[in-house]
Amino acid sequence: MSGLSLFWQRYRRNRPAVGGLVVLGLVVLAAAFGPLAYGIDPFDMAGRPSTLPSARFPLGTDVSGRDILAGLLAGARVSLLIGIAASLTATLIGSAVGATAGYVGGWLDAILMRVTDFFLTIPSFVFAVLIVAIFRPSVAVITLAIAAVSWPSVARLARAEFVSQRHREYVSACRAMGMGHLEIMLRQILPNALPPVVVIGSLTVASAILAEAGLSFLGLGDPNIVSWGYMIGVARTVLRTAWWMSAIPGVTILVTVLAINLVGEGLNEALNPRMRPR
Amino acid sequence: MSPLLAVKGLTVDYHGMHNAERAVDGVSFSIARGETLALVGESGSGKSTIAHALMRLIPRGAGSVSSGSIAFEGQDLLALPEAAMRAVRGGRIAMVFQDPMMALNPVHRVGRQIAESLLAHGKATPRTAIDRAIELLTLVGVPAPEKRARQYPHNLSGGMRQRVMIAIALAGDPALLIADEPTTALDVTVQAQVLAEIAAIKSRLGMAMLLITHDLAVVSETADRVIVMYAGRMVEEGNVEGVFSRPAHPYTRGLLEATDWEGAASDRMREIPGSVPNQGEMPPGCAFAPRCAIATERCRIERPSVERALHGGGVSCFAAGSPS
Amino acid sequence: MTDAVAVPLLEARDIVKHYRVGGLLGQKIVHALDVVSLSVATRETVAVVGESGCGKSTLGRCLVALEEPTSGILFLRGAPSRSILSIEPLRFRRDVQIVFQDPYASLNPRRTIGQSLDDPLRVHRMGNRVERREQAEQLMLRVGLQQRHLDRYPHELSGGQRQRVAIARALAPGPSLIVCDEAVSSLDVSVQAQIINLLRDIQKQTGVAYVFITHNLHLVKRFAQRIVVMYLGQIVEEGTTEEMTARFLHPYSAALFAAAPKLWRGGVRPRATPPIGGDVPSPFAPPSGCRFHTRCPIAQDSCRTVEPSLRQVAGRTVRCHLAE
Repeated sequence: MSGLSLFWQRYRRNRPAVGGLVVLGLVVLAAAFGPLAYGIDPFDMAGRPSTLPSARFPLGTDVSGRDILAGLLAGARVSLLIGIAASLTATLIGSAVGATAGYVGGWLDAILMRVTDFFLTIPSFVFAVLIVAIFRPSVAVITLAIAAVSWPSVARLARAEFVSQRHREYVSACRAMGMGHLEIMLRQILPNALPPVVVIGSLTVASAILAEAGLSFLGLGDPNIVSWGYMIGVARTVLRTAWWMSAIPGVTILVTVLAINLVGEGLNEALNPRMRPR
Repeated sequence: MSPLLAVKGLTVDYHGMHNAERAVDGVSFSIARGETLALVGESGSGKSTIAHALMRLIPRGAGSVSSGSIAFEGQDLLALPEAAMRAVRGGRIAMVFQDPMMALNPVHRVGRQIAESLLAHGKATPRTAIDRAIELLTLVGVPAPEKRARQYPHNLSGGMRQRVMIAIALAGDPALLIADEPTTALDVTVQAQVLAEIAAIKSRLGMAMLLITHDLAVVSETADRVIVMYAGRMVEEGNVEGVFSRPAHPYTRGLLEATDWEGAASDRMREIPGSVPNQGEMPPGCAFAPRCAIATERCRIERPSVERALHGGGVSCFAAGSPS
Repeated sequence: MTDAVAVPLLEARDIVKHYRVGGLLGQKIVHALDVVSLSVATRETVAVVGESGCGKSTLGRCLVALEEPTSGILFLRGAPSRSILSIEPLRFRRDVQIVFQDPYASLNPRRTIGQSLDDPLRVHRMGNRVERREQAEQLMLRVGLQQRHLDRYPHELSGGQRQRVAIARALAPGPSLIVCDEAVSSLDVSVQAQIINLLRDIQKQTGVAYVFITHNLHLVKRFAQRIVVMYLGQIVEEGTTEEMTARFLHPYSAALFAAAPKLWRGGVRPRATPPIGGDVPSPFAPPSGCRFHTRCPIAQDSCRTVEPSLRQVAGRTVRCHLAE
């Protein structure tokens, strides 16, 4: 049985994870094709403000008359983009730092881990706000700010994996045959350390989306884009009267983040299968 | 005189991920009082499974005894309710495992662990338990037993821990001691001590022993009778002298030759080609046929039953008695 | 005949290895190796035996430069290993290889057999991808495996097969010496014979030398030309197999070999020698004087106070005041 089909067979066993994957797939499709297919500019104040869902505006309009569905679809793109980019950046940085600390050990390990711990003690959201506030809010800055607060968790995990693997006998065998350290780290240990890193990377996407939503809600988002957090922020003033304007993007965030978490759990079980069947 | 333990047609299946795996297939044997019976085999032979089945230690979800009977001191162990079995387990039948660190509780002092066993089987009162525990430590050859009783497992060497485990086993006054690879993890000199001590205790208390091991040399030095297991089936049994000097089954012969480092004639060791079949790939006839030099068509199709061997014991082989 | 003045293939001179254990409070020093010297000639098999804490595994790792000795020098063909490793490390790594005990742990579980065999070929730049694949296929055949196994993962192979892969991997760069660190101890007994035969065949074909670290003393008698007995970080006796097995000069060597259970296959049953008492002392606190004196049946006063040095007696090396 090929690796991929074996992986899928294991993943399939977790029903909620499959459900999460389906939902996530829908979100990705909506993000990829939605804005193009729907065709309406989310910033366009095309309708009367605060209307309920109707034939023309399937999800109604917001306080400025903008199409909520258009905003949702555009927001999907933004959220996924920032979520994935931030997570990828955090994972790369965190893996590099953690792998080096774990493999080399000694004083380098101590220094890198103290730096990591320092970042971990700073309240992450506040720190992200700080970074965005210092530099102009833009997609790039937001992505980097979120990555800056997310990498330490990945680093700790990567370090733990590398520490545990570096004493394994297959690593000794590679040293005995004259393999260089970099090759051992990347070619030998990394494939073994990857599964938990992949899982934490996927879960980081969810937290990145939440962070972005939070930043946008506070008005620190990129002013040129519509994101889910921005939509909730804009509807803040009419929360009691036009609750659906906040609820719809809010529920969308909830569903997406939940789906990602389920997928992450599914990945965990598929990549690190428990020895005995359930 | 009726045997202490009589096992008939024991079959144990494990419930694997896809299908059932037959770990033990129709094994029958008996142990007389005071006798040492060795159960010998390599990995996949089912010898450890038999021990766990005897003590009813196989987790219910993992596997079960599919058929057979286990008669101990007249009782059918498989039919006993769990509460009654608990009294037998650690009491009249005690077990010693390979790795004492797994069996001993790391956060309790060893004296207390022995005392717990004494109390559980009604062999001492809370007042007398510790003294009796110290007596047992003396019996198993632990020097300075009062001091040792107050120590934790990690304070003790491997040999000491194994002796503590034996003491716990003896606490219940067992008629049968099941020892599953009791000395495999020990240093050679310590192994020799522990084996000698077990032999002395055995004869002093009139205890029977079921010794499970892969080490034929240990069997030849300590056991009265031996059963050779292969892929869950019994292939040969008899008294040690007979089986080892005139092995009837080709597997037994091969095993003896492969491990007879001292006595082997030529420079090369005689090998048994191939490897043990996985449970899912068992051939229809004799399990050993694919690797057997003298296998016939009949061996490949039909499962041999137990016949009388030249040495007086039993052998499952159509070609037994033929020259190899 | 060997040239008496020939440079040995590998020579360890006065190797000392200390480990520092423990944190800020109560740091202790373990003397894993205490001035150990060993030399190996081409095509020779030297067995290193001893119990836990004797340092044989540490010695093995020092011989393949996986560990840096605290002091002492390792010479490969007369040149200090330190200089070879700093100038041209691959030259050392090509010539001296190691096979570990646990065949599963020594293979990367996420890489196929083919990839694991490609590693040493690639590191030593032995051809392009196609040529390396061909060499890998040849290596597989050499160790008795089939080429289709190249695309399998370690967990799909049996223990014996995995160990064959580990041997193939060690052979890949064409070494003159292979350290076998308990290379057969984790395998089924019938498989051990197969692997020993394989190692022997390889030695006949390629002239490779072995340093065979093991606790199986009977195996040693058949397989090795020289035996080195270690105790608590020191060599206590060293000599040819023939001479040693005829008569051991050191009481520990004698006790060690006497303690190993012997396979008895009929005839007169050998008389069991009473085993020596005591545990192997902790390497953290080796006894004063002769380290063996706490367990030695013939210890004298001088043994308790004065540490014996290695001396030549009857053509071999012994560390004992009383040997002659």
